[in-house]
Amino acid sequence: MDVGRLAAFGAVCAVALAAGCGSGGSGGGVPTLNWYVFNEPSGGYEKSVANCNKQNKGRFKINYQRLPTDANQQRELVVRRLAAKDSSVDLVGMDVIWTAEFAGAGWIKPWTGARRTAAQKGKLIGPLRTVRFKGQVWGIPFTSNTQLLWYRKDLVPKPGPNFTWDQMISQAVKKGKAIEVQGNQYEGLTVWVNALVDGAGSSLVSQTGKVTASDFALKKAASIVKRLATSKAAPPGLGTNKEDEARLGFESGRSVYQVNYTFIYPSAAMVKSPKDFQKRIGWARYPRTVANLPSRPPLGGINIGVGAYGKHKALAFAAAECLAQPANQVLASTLGGLPPTTAATYNDPKVKKGFPFSALLRESINAAGPRPVEPAYSDVSLAIQKTFHPEDGVDPNSVVGQLKDRLDKAAKGKIF
Amino acid sequence: MEAATVDQRTGAAPPKKKVTDRAKSERRLAYMLCAPAVITMLIVTGYPIVYAIYLSLQKYDLRFPSQKEFVGLANYGDVLTSSTWWSDVVHTLVITVFSVGIELVLGMAIALVMHRAIFGRGAVRVSVLIPYGIVTVVAAFTFRYAVDPASGFAQGTFLLSDTAAPLTQQTGSYAMIILTEVWKTTPFMALLLLAGLSLVPDELLEAAKVDGANAVQRFFRITLPLMKPAILVALLFRTLDAFRLFDTVFIQTSGANNTETVSILGYNVLINRVNIGLGSAVSVLVFICVILIAFFFVKVLGTSTAQQRGEEV
Repeated sequence: MDVGRLAAFGAVCAVALAAGCGSGGSGGGVPTLNWYVFNEPSGGYEKSVANCNKQNKGRFKINYQRLPTDANQQRELVVRRLAAKDSSVDLVGMDVIWTAEFAGAGWIKPWTGARRTAAQKGKLIGPLRTVRFKGQVWGIPFTSNTQLLWYRKDLVPKPGPNFTWDQMISQAVKKGKAIEVQGNQYEGLTVWVNALVDGAGSSLVSQTGKVTASDFALKKAASIVKRLATSKAAPPGLGTNKEDEARLGFESGRSVYQVNYTFIYPSAAMVKSPKDFQKRIGWARYPRTVANLPSRPPLGGINIGVGAYGKHKALAFAAAECLAQPANQVLASTLGGLPPTTAATYNDPKVKKGFPFSALLRESINAAGPRPVEPAYSDVSLAIQKTFHPEDGVDPNSVVGQLKDRLDKAAKGKIF
Repeated sequence: MEAATVDQRTGAAPPKKKVTDRAKSERRLAYMLCAPAVITMLIVTGYPIVYAIYLSLQKYDLRFPSQKEFVGLANYGDVLTSSTWWSDVVHTLVITVFSVGIELVLGMAIALVMHRAIFGRGAVRVSVLIPYGIVTVVAAFTFRYAVDPASGFAQGTFLLSDTAAPLTQQTGSYAMIILTEVWKTTPFMALLLLAGLSLVPDELLEAAKVDGANAVQRFFRITLPLMKPAILVALLFRTLDAFRLFDTVFIQTSGANNTETVSILGYNVLINRVNIGLGSAVSVLVFICVILIAFFFVKVLGTSTAQQRGEEV
């Protein structure tokens, strides 16, 4: 935090100096807009910023303020600034799960009129669901993300169209190999549980925090989690694995299935033994919770919101629109492997080349079951994590009562 | 000033008033000398504590700023009636008792070695202190990665099987957290105990030796009783530290497998749920627990030194 502040202070000073130097010649600096967003490692976001600064020369200059890659840490830093009404926050790169919290607290501005239309234009419905809260639009979807089911083509048959978690576990047990999931007590566990519950035709909580999940869906989700964790298909460290541990486990050859984001595909090309590892990977839609309902794959991504306390809000809306333009989505996709939110972008040859599975990706994002859009989302997530961890100790019969009790306490602002 | 000194020297039974003057001026000087420290302490610790207490009396969630209101002690009632708080207190106490206990034994052994080391004293002391010089977060990550099932370097050695994942079970998680704590802070314990050891006069030990006491008797009958104040101070410091344990747990389990400590609970409520009122109540309660521990130790410490003095008289 201190270092971040110092760095931010340094950056502001540097900008001020640069503006000062510039003003000697041109007579007046351009407003600087700070965009707080995670430090995207590939440079796709950085290039998007550069593009917009070039396109809007003399109008505004976007300053890329890098946040940690860990989603919880990003949120903590941004929330502290916004709660303190920091006027330096012009633009926020929001994880899809923050919308309701930020909107409810009045930390971001809604997109109205022509801006509202622009924010939603041509976007996939999955990402759009994550910016809508209480009848208003609170951000412009930029990049998206979803999980696919990755499998070893050389070891297991291609999953059929109605492939379920139960079938997958049986198949893996038969092969004596594991299934990689995200089971650590963190946001990734919420992602998994949410997808399972949504896949049973239910959803966890409403926009007002009321439990809407059916007992059947919760029980079914719990029994899948429990069955995997106590079966031979449970990888070592299931209860501590995050996305990257799952990737490593899959690459080590110990498993035949993996549910994970698309970053595992480029990574597979770098596996040394076997050398053709990437070619041995197949992909399919996220497995079903119940056989007769389509799966609702997880949904991630970044929406760009306009801070409520910034000094140049009109410019910030324009800058957000510029950042989220399809050309920049192509950049983020080709450089960083982040799937676009604009439907048409999936037809771009560059995107298609990066994602041989682009059609499946688009279908998954469109059918995705977003995590709850709810102001006290972090409470909900914490309650889910505590209830479903450790996975091998989950009791499908008591999980409904436990989760409802925790969510009830969360809604009342109590300790759970 | 000089006049006062003269008065003091000449007057065998000086009039009370003059002494009072001198005492007054000395007291004023004492106040002035203390003032900067007291003011600094008030600003950097007093203000935050008072502010935290003030916040803990409010219903105040950053996400719902419009619902802010004064609720008295309701937050404390919420915390103290929740089973989560009490189970977290138990988790914290388990970690505290085990880690401080093991540290005391190991620290004493290391202190004896350091005390008796004949050659390479400096080298021994420096090498023992290295773990204490390593940032807790780094130590916690090191131990976590050491036992990571996918890439752990302790995996597949004689210590752990290839597929062991201690951080996925309760016993394993406690063992790892306590191991990290012990590894990290035993040097601190050893250092404090070494200071105590150097207070034990060699003549006493030699006299006992002459009287026929063996090494074990000398250690338990002479060294330990004389070191008691040093041991209690070391235990006090480490217990207070261990009770507030946050970083190791946060990095290794983040409270999973029933290892959630009171500080992790405070973090979850205050930073993650941004429920400032409830979170402040948790923080204040942790602070009160720490005061209770300190009070308990100081009382034990006080009685023990009094006893010692009584014996000496």
